[in-house]
Amino acid sequence: MQVYITRRLLALIPTLFFASLIVFVTVRLIPGNVIDLMLSQNDISAGKMNRQALEAALGFDQPMHIQYLRWIGGILFSGDLGRSLWHNTPVTEEILQRLPVTFELGLLAMMVALSLAIPIGVYSAVRQDTAADYAMRSFSILMLAVPSFWLGTLVIVFPSIWWGWSPEIQYVPFTRNPIQNLGQMIVPAIILGFGLSAITMRLMRTMMLEVLRQDYIRTAWAKGLSEGLVVMRHALRNAMIPVITLIGLQAPVLIGGAVIMEQIFVIPGMGLLLLEAVGQRDYPVITGVFLVVGLAVVLINLIVDLSYGLLDPKVRYR
Amino acid sequence: MTASADNVLAASPPRARRGPLLDFVVRLFRDKPLGAAGGVICVLFLLCGLFANVLAPYGFNQISPIHRLQPPSLRFLFGTDNLGRDVFSRCIYGAQLSVIIGFCAAGLATAISVAIGVFSGYFRGKFDLIAQRFVDAWMSFPELIVLIVVVSVLGPGMVQIIVVLGLALGIAGSRIVRGAVLSVRESMYIHAARSTGAKTRRVLWRHVLPNVMAPVIVLFTNRVAAAILAESGLSFLGLGVPPPAPTWGSMLSGSGRAYMYQGPWLAMAPGLCLTVVVFSISMFGDALRDLLDPRMRGSR
Repeated sequence: MQVYITRRLLALIPTLFFASLIVFVTVRLIPGNVIDLMLSQNDISAGKMNRQALEAALGFDQPMHIQYLRWIGGILFSGDLGRSLWHNTPVTEEILQRLPVTFELGLLAMMVALSLAIPIGVYSAVRQDTAADYAMRSFSILMLAVPSFWLGTLVIVFPSIWWGWSPEIQYVPFTRNPIQNLGQMIVPAIILGFGLSAITMRLMRTMMLEVLRQDYIRTAWAKGLSEGLVVMRHALRNAMIPVITLIGLQAPVLIGGAVIMEQIFVIPGMGLLLLEAVGQRDYPVITGVFLVVGLAVVLINLIVDLSYGLLDPKVRYR
Repeated sequence: MTASADNVLAASPPRARRGPLLDFVVRLFRDKPLGAAGGVICVLFLLCGLFANVLAPYGFNQISPIHRLQPPSLRFLFGTDNLGRDVFSRCIYGAQLSVIIGFCAAGLATAISVAIGVFSGYFRGKFDLIAQRFVDAWMSFPELIVLIVVVSVLGPGMVQIIVVLGLALGIAGSRIVRGAVLSVRESMYIHAARSTGAKTRRVLWRHVLPNVMAPVIVLFTNRVAAAILAESGLSFLGLGVPPPAPTWGSMLSGSGRAYMYQGPWLAMAPGLCLTVVVFSISMFGDALRDLLDPRMRGSR
C-alpha cells in the first residue's frame, strides 16, 4: 500500500506543475494584455494607478520566467496568492473564507447524487429490461440534458407564483445556525445532485449488470442465499469500486455547477467570489480561485485514488 | 480463396444494393428508434439554426411595448417578454447561435482531440508521457471556470467562446481518441502496412484514422451537446455572447429574470428548447455509439 501511495504522490508532481502553468499562462499570455484592458476600460479595480503601478501590483514588471518563479515560490513557501486589487486583502484569506461554503454545497450535492444513484442503479440492474428499468434509464438521460441553471430558475419562480414560497437567500453560516444553513443549502444541493446522479446511476447499473453475471454471484445464488444478501453483500460491494472512482472524475462538473448554483441562490462560495472578481476585473482573485479549483480537483482525485487502493485488494498489493 | 468459400459466396442470396449511408439510416431507424427520433430533432434544430431568418415570424430584437408580457397565443407562440419581443422568434434565433457555437466548438474540439490523441497514442514515448500529464492537469479545471477566466481576460464574444470551448473540450476528449489509437496500433493490418514500407504519414492517414472514426463521430456528437450546455451556462452568468443576441442561457437571466413572476412562460421556453435539443443529441449520440462502435456500448 505504501508503494502505491508513494507512486500516486509522485505522479502528482507533473500534474501540479502543468496545472500551475495553465493558470499562469491563461491570465498572462492571452493576446490583448490584461493591463491594456483594465486601463482602456477605466476599470474601478485599476483605481488611480498608472501603468507602472498596475504592472507592479500584478507582478507583470518582470520577465516571464521570473514572474512564474516568484508567483509559484510565493504560493509554495508562504501560501501567498497576492492581494485583491479591489479590497486590498490577501487573496488566500478571501478564498479560505469562501472555500468551506463551496465544499459544503459540493458535499451535500454528492450525498444527494449517491443516495439517488446507488439504489436506483442497483434496482434498474436487478430488474433489467422491465418498465421500471426503462423509466429510470430515460429519467437519467433526461437529467443529463436538463441544465441546472434552468432547474434552479424554475425552483425560484414557480413555487413563488403557486404557493408564495421562495428559497431563503440570506446566507447563514453552518457554525451560526446549522438548521437554517442546511435549509438554505439543500435546494441547490438537490438540483446539483440530480445532474450528478444521472451519470452515476448509469455507471452503477452497468457495473451491477457486469458483476451479477460473474461466477461467484451464481455460486451465491446456488448456495440458496436471499436476493437481498446476494445483491447487497456480494454484488454491490464489487460494483461500487468504479462508481467511487467516478466521484473523483465528477469533481470538475460539481465545482462548475456550484458556480451557477451559488449565483442563483446567492451563496457566498468560491463561485460567487470568482464571478464578483470577474465583474471587477480583480485578476489576483481570478488567478487564485482558478488555481485553488484546479488543486481541489487534483486533491479530490488523489483521495479517491487512495480510497480505491483501500477498497480493492488488487490495487493494494499490486 | 478455397473452393468451399467460393461455394458459400455463390450460395448467398443477392442483396439489394443500397448506399452505405442509406443502409446506416435504415439500421438506425430499425434498431434504435429513440436515437433516430433524437436524430430527427437534431436535423430540425440544425434547420432552425440555418434558416432562422426565414422561420422566425419576428425579428429577435423587434420591440413592441403594447404587446409586452403577453402569454402564449397563436400570434405569439411562446408569449412575449418585458419589451414586447416575441419569445418564439428569439428561441429560433437562439437556436442559430447554439448551432454555430455548438458545431464550431465541437468541430474544433474533435480536431484537437484527434490531433493529440493520434500522435500521443501512435508515437507513445516522451511525447505521450508529457502530453498525458498535461491532459491530466487540464482536466482538473472545470470547463465553465476556464471559460469564465478566459472571457474575463478576452472579453465576451462568440469567437473566443468557440475557441476556448474547442480547446477545453478537445484536450479532455483526446483521452478517448488516444485509447482507440492504442488498440488500433497493435492490429495486424498496421503491422502489415508498416512491414510493406508504408510511411508513418500514410499509416496514420490511411489506416489509423479511418479505424478510429467511429469513436471520433460519437465524440463529436457528445461535444456538440457539451458545448451548447457550457455556452448557455456562460450566457446565463452574463458572460456569453453580448446582448441583444438572444442566446437561450441569457434569456433565462438578465433583466428578463425579474419579469418571470409576471410572465412565467419566460422561464419555460428557452430551458425547454435547451433540454429537448441536448436530450435529442444525447439520444442520437448513444444510438450512434451502439451502432458504430459496439465496444463502447454501456460505457456511459
